[in-house]
Amino acid sequence: MSVVKQDPRNSTALTGNEAVAQAMRQIEPDVVAAYPITPQTEIVQIFSTYVSDGLVNTEYVPVESEHSAMSATVGSAASGARSMTATSANGLALMWEILYIASGTRLPIVMPVVNRALSGPINIHCDHSDAMGARDSGWIQLFSENAQEAYDNMFQAVRIAEHPDVRLPAMVCLDGFIISHGMENVFTLEDNAIREFIGDYMIERSLLDVEQPMTLGPLDLQDFYFEHKRAEAEAMVRSKKVIQSIAEEYEKLSGRSYGLFEEYKLDDAEIAIVVLGSTAGTARYTIDQLRAQGIKVGMLKLRVFRPFPFEELKQALAHVNVIGVMDRADSFSSIGGPLFSELRAVMYDSETRPLITNYIYGLGGRDINPRLIEQMVRELADVQEAGRLNQYVNYLGVRE
Amino acid sequence: MSAKKERPISKTAGWRELPSGGMIPAGGTAEAFKTGDWRTIRPVHHREHCIDCMQCWAYCPDMAILLEDGVRVIGMDFDHCKGCGICANVCPTKPKSIDMVSEIEAQRKDAEGEGEE
Repeated sequence: MSVVKQDPRNSTALTGNEAVAQAMRQIEPDVVAAYPITPQTEIVQIFSTYVSDGLVNTEYVPVESEHSAMSATVGSAASGARSMTATSANGLALMWEILYIASGTRLPIVMPVVNRALSGPINIHCDHSDAMGARDSGWIQLFSENAQEAYDNMFQAVRIAEHPDVRLPAMVCLDGFIISHGMENVFTLEDNAIREFIGDYMIERSLLDVEQPMTLGPLDLQDFYFEHKRAEAEAMVRSKKVIQSIAEEYEKLSGRSYGLFEEYKLDDAEIAIVVLGSTAGTARYTIDQLRAQGIKVGMLKLRVFRPFPFEELKQALAHVNVIGVMDRADSFSSIGGPLFSELRAVMYDSETRPLITNYIYGLGGRDINPRLIEQMVRELADVQEAGRLNQYVNYLGVRE
Repeated sequence: MSAKKERPISKTAGWRELPSGGMIPAGGTAEAFKTGDWRTIRPVHHREHCIDCMQCWAYCPDMAILLEDGVRVIGMDFDHCKGCGICANVCPTKPKSIDMVSEIEAQRKDAEGEGEE
């Protein structure tokens, strides 16, 4: 996010969860079905008070599990209602089979995911193992650096998911506790402006339309399933342009500009670090410190993980010598985290072939600080000097 | 018997032409599909015992009991009958107006009958 102009009168001190709940109030979905889970609980708790206070005209369904939350959301979205839920970690894991039904049935559900480590051992703090596990579920995935971005991503996610070229569900990811419970100044927009920006929920066909009966979710065997999956893959490809054009439209409204990713001091960088989420803030600070010492390091903060903007990433990183990819999740594949393996695959086609190594960090909420990022950048500088990698995967901040 | 409805989606349609997400954009389309071919037992209707009480018609889960003028049972729609046997089970006449027989046996007899002609 880069900021053009902001009116301080429009800023409010909010936690990430409060900002997302506020965004949901402004979106005013027809149906919200949800189940509490740390650190997401506050979002639906705050939203449920909006419902009981009559601030929104939303049907709130308190269900008995996340499996039911996603199922109810699928049903209501299919019936023609703008539908949302929210979750974290094991809650997302419990939704698993229904995530695929939501995307495979092409239902534009929007879901904030407050990123938290998957148990076990049991842990409630931030990492990306929840969202990364769902990376192949056919959902759009937008990552947020702070509460402001989470707030802004919510409205854009509604428009992206419901766009006729897309019709895919979307996750708005924000780091558990670091963003969800950290308070910061958030620039909010007027309710009317949001109303106008998101417009009405228009679905191609609704299950409740008795004039035009239809079937959703039928048995789809050897003769049709493959074609439907091919069309779903194409929708994900098409979503990239839609994400960009909606970001442009949102910039006109908010003065805040979004893209597929954000570059920081990357133009003349020799070393690039690639991050998702709140770590970008710490990285930006560290880069400033290291730049002052003459180290040419820059950052690429990926906002859109699904669709994976491979062409743009390849171009943006072609000129650097070394790339350190920061993954806040391990894939246990033995060849690094998900962001690393995908980015490394993309750069295989690059004529310049930068050296790419992986830093897995911050699992289970382990703090990532400037000292650790500096250590990583110095190691990347060593790699640059040596002209070769020592290892593909490094664990940053783990006790040896 | 021939299907009354046409298939709403062509079996040769490419992925670009299909309605999204597996949607079938019409109602009552089951009529267009022959779904009776996994039947292992077949109901045989004995008109001479039938009292047209409509129990079989009301209970049939596949609407496969054929009527004449909406009041007289004249047989079964074997394109859709799955051979569940509910019709024979609920038939109240003694002896039963519907028997369940082996589908393979019935098909063999049908084929022999055709051969004789």
